[in-house]
Amino acid sequence: MAFRFKQHSVLPGFRLTFGFTLFYLTLVVLLPLSTLFFRSSSLGPAGFWAAVSSPRVVASYQLTFGTSLAGALVNAVFGLVVAWVLVRYRFPGHRLVDALVDLPFALPTAVAGIALTTLYAENGWLGRPLSAAGIKVAFTPLGITVALTFIGLPFVVRTLQPVLESLDPEVEEAAASLGATRLQTFARVILPALLPAWITGFALAFARALGEYGSVVFIAGNMPMKTEITPLIVITKLEQYDYAGAAAISAVTLVASFLILLAINRLQAWSTRLTAD
Amino acid sequence: MAGTVTQPRRRSPAPRNLTEPLPVRVGLTLIALAFLVLFLLVPLAAVFSEALARGWQAYLDAVREPMALAALRLTLLTAGIAVPLNLVFGLAAAWCIAKFDFPGKSALTTLIDLPFAVSPVIAGMIFILLFGRNSPLGPWLAAHDLKIVFAVPGLVLATVFVTFPFVARELIPVMEAAGTEEEEAARVLGAGGWQTFFRVTLPSVKWGVLYGVILCNARAMGEFGAVSVVSGHIRGKTNTLPLHVEILYNEYQFQAAFAVASLLAFLALVTLAAKGLVEWRSSRAGAAADAAGPGEKAA
Repeated sequence: MAFRFKQHSVLPGFRLTFGFTLFYLTLVVLLPLSTLFFRSSSLGPAGFWAAVSSPRVVASYQLTFGTSLAGALVNAVFGLVVAWVLVRYRFPGHRLVDALVDLPFALPTAVAGIALTTLYAENGWLGRPLSAAGIKVAFTPLGITVALTFIGLPFVVRTLQPVLESLDPEVEEAAASLGATRLQTFARVILPALLPAWITGFALAFARALGEYGSVVFIAGNMPMKTEITPLIVITKLEQYDYAGAAAISAVTLVASFLILLAINRLQAWSTRLTAD
Repeated sequence: MAGTVTQPRRRSPAPRNLTEPLPVRVGLTLIALAFLVLFLLVPLAAVFSEALARGWQAYLDAVREPMALAALRLTLLTAGIAVPLNLVFGLAAAWCIAKFDFPGKSALTTLIDLPFAVSPVIAGMIFILLFGRNSPLGPWLAAHDLKIVFAVPGLVLATVFVTFPFVARELIPVMEAAGTEEEEAARVLGAGGWQTFFRVTLPSVKWGVLYGVILCNARAMGEFGAVSVVSGHIRGKTNTLPLHVEILYNEYQFQAAFAVASLLAFLALVTLAAKGLVEWRSSRAGAAADAAGPGEKAA
């Protein structure tokens, strides 16, 4: 370690904790993840391209991307309403409802998957009335969207809540005293302040949905070209011992999620600049 | 991001001219509640209702069946290894990131969050690439009769990977907010490093630690995608509770699947309750510190 690598401090333990952190991070995360790129590079450029662009794989990208986007959009709309209601209004059971929002984080995805499948199957509580109305949910892309909506629900609510709470009431008072209607205050004053957090929550829900497996695999039906998500293709390839192919598709997915997370980081930097001004 | 400690500030009801008309408020509240009931409460109710569909006796039979008990033991074992490991890591990482300044700090923080960005399926797969039959280490492991993937060590590794950031990312902001003055004072007064850590730092961040451990444990016990890839699904040997649910479900033993799933749903409810309790206690501790703060300064 370079002399004066860190700023001087009277506190001990920097070498120990920094060394352990790096060691553990490398052993548990970086080393295993790097095998992904080693293994997929063994295919060579042509083989890599063939593995990640076969029609069945491309169909799965489209499905995964489309349903994740739809789920994240549903969450963006209703998550804003839920966050707004939880922060601004009081009603009986308020605290209980607030705690319940985290259920998708706490409930194992496999449990969510079988519960949603049973609910939306043709003889299920919700599937029966829906299929009477001619809407099939289970084993269709719509079912995948339902599962991804469940999984992404807390992200939008939990990113919006602290921002809504920290909004200065004086700004709204000023808008009202200058003659703005409530709707104008919302659209011109509140919404712009919420925008970075809103987009961040949406992006987090979207990124989570792209890689989701447990809650989707039961309700999807898993028909190639129709309802087969990308993580399932990876598992199928692994079961056929096509490790390089599985690694190549995973590398593409991983790069996609990194780009989204990078965008989120830029967004958050932008929003801190906004609030600092 | 996943479960940051947000402490809702108490907010007095807004004056009449600063809030929406009553019909709008009621309407929005009803929309929010309907959405949450439809997407959260109904699936949760379905788990318990299906679990008890054939009465208590069938429920108890499914839960006490030897394979279910073996799955429960394995789930407790993997969480029992993964959570303490990531707790020690979280404490070390938070100490070095929150208490010291060094170049590359934000890069390190980003790397710690990395497992959150990785699909669970990929998290499982990398351990097959690393330790599986066709891997560089495969022949050596086979020669020494060491089984990692499709065995318990693989399950533990995959679980450690997916739960890696939980404690660290809860603790880093809490330790940063606590600052370094108290530890510096302890050092100046002659306390040793470990003494400072156990007597000064740990008590001030204990709610953050607990919060991280609760979230880490919930994910460790409930993880499905990653362990599904490395498990090999050997009944009674490499089946955790979520994997046992999947097997029962795919064998059309729906009632038994939901009975086992109800245990996991119950765990989720306990997690939410514990989380709520920790948030409440830590916000009370925070309020007490705020109340004591100005007085201390005046004195």
